[in-house]
Amino acid sequence: MKVAVDMNKCQDHGQCVFAAPDVFRLDDSGRLAYLSDPGDAFRADVEEAADVCPMQAIRIEA
Amino acid sequence: MAARVVVAGASLGGLRAAEQLRAVGWTGPITAVGDEPHMPYNRPPLSKRVLAGTAPFASLALTPRANTADVEWRLGTRVTGARLRDRVVVLDDGEELDFDGLVVATGLRARRLRCPGPSGPGSGRHTVRTLADIRALRAELALPGVRLVVTGAGFIGCEVAATAVGLGVAEVTVVDVEPLPMLRPLGEFLARALLRRHEERGVRFALGTGVAGFEGDGRVTGVVLSDGRVLPADVVVESVGSVANTEWLAGNGLDLSDGVLTDEHLRARRGADGAATAGGGAFRVGSEAGGRAFGVASEAGGGSARGASHEAGAPPYGTTADAGCLPYVVAVGDIARFPNARYDGVPRRVEHWSIPGDTARHAAKVLTAQLCSQPVDFAPFAPLPSFWSDQYDFRLQSFGSPELGHDDVRLLDGEADGDMLVGYHRDGRLVGVVGLGGPAAAAAAARHRSLLLERPALSPQGAAS
Repeated sequence: MKVAVDMNKCQDHGQCVFAAPDVFRLDDSGRLAYLSDPGDAFRADVEEAADVCPMQAIRIEA
Repeated sequence: MAARVVVAGASLGGLRAAEQLRAVGWTGPITAVGDEPHMPYNRPPLSKRVLAGTAPFASLALTPRANTADVEWRLGTRVTGARLRDRVVVLDDGEELDFDGLVVATGLRARRLRCPGPSGPGSGRHTVRTLADIRALRAELALPGVRLVVTGAGFIGCEVAATAVGLGVAEVTVVDVEPLPMLRPLGEFLARALLRRHEERGVRFALGTGVAGFEGDGRVTGVVLSDGRVLPADVVVESVGSVANTEWLAGNGLDLSDGVLTDEHLRARRGADGAATAGGGAFRVGSEAGGRAFGVASEAGGGSARGASHEAGAPPYGTTADAGCLPYVVAVGDIARFPNARYDGVPRRVEHWSIPGDTARHAAKVLTAQLCSQPVDFAPFAPLPSFWSDQYDFRLQSFGSPELGHDDVRLLDGEADGDMLVGYHRDGRLVGVVGLGGPAAAAAAARHRSLLLERPALSPQGAAS
């Protein structure tokens, strides 16, 4: 599973961090960091993260 | 023919409902009906980056999950009626759609001021709800020397004012009957800080007064306040809350006094129907015009007071559904007036962006179980509310239910002019937080989220006292 975040859309809301803490995190300056190739075990979490992103910036590719 | 679910409403709530129905295993046909000509799109950027011109309309498109590939979308089509007993909804072209399960997700529309003066297209009066609204407003704000009056200092009003300042609009004035902006969601302490930040950036406020009418011949030239003053205006934004789109459900014995009343599983509850439908809601606002031209402090809280006044005759929380609800009709999004088991069990409509997703997840499980004759043995719906608002270079970020704790507000961190974290308490217990400022304030609010999530439920209303 590939994850891509449109950083032009991302506004650092951090809702994805609550939904999928193993894949997304905010660094010390509050900016988003994420794994672009998490294992399929995280699919449900990442789908929820994509749902709850207020800017709808998260895309799941296959 | 396989059992069908009709999703009435094709915005965020309708899309999430369709996705979640598929995710929980509903394989029957799904038909989604929406009155806008667009596929579901994301509304929050409308009052901010889209109005500002920094995000194109196309960037709002929501990407439906692949599992909705076989959902039938009937766009540009309005649901005009329903005979729930016969399991039929009626469309604006007269067609009738049979359903086995119904998701009510027709959402809200902007409430309009009902007072004398120019109105209609070309009058300079605008609302902020749809793509079409923003296209029209943006075109008029781009004219040089424009004087903007925003009526209503809630989320939308404050965001539009901030965006207009950023666009270089010559004069921006915000009117509200309340003494402070966003008073209902934020409480006095933080609302005062917000007022100061707007004023520092040049926004003027006319607070504690309503709108009595509009001056102008065909087109607005001024806003007449109920205290007699007249504000010169070329463009007016009416941000006085919203009205639930429930008229099409009238005559089915539901409680439509403010949205669709549901049980703790988002199933539509029976109630007094007839005159007290959403049309009545709009009328009540109009009827207040003699005293105050509008009585809405913020769109998020607009429903609560009326909801509360309506509860007198309602059964107490805990009454189960089966007796009083239609098991095959669920409500999703900000049209649903649901009891939140996390709090006091008082049914409320919640106009936060997270609610369509939260309600869809629960309602899809419930509806699918009902349609498959399986028990609905889930824990009651108990979302943790959360809202944000971006204005200028700062953000308001909330978790929990600040409005339940307005009587005990504490500054948890920061200072009045910088990043602030404010806590709201009920019976001495934290029930909500709001951060105001930059990323540090939002992060501070987020750190309290798990604490709020883990709190046991508040006592049901009445039981505590």
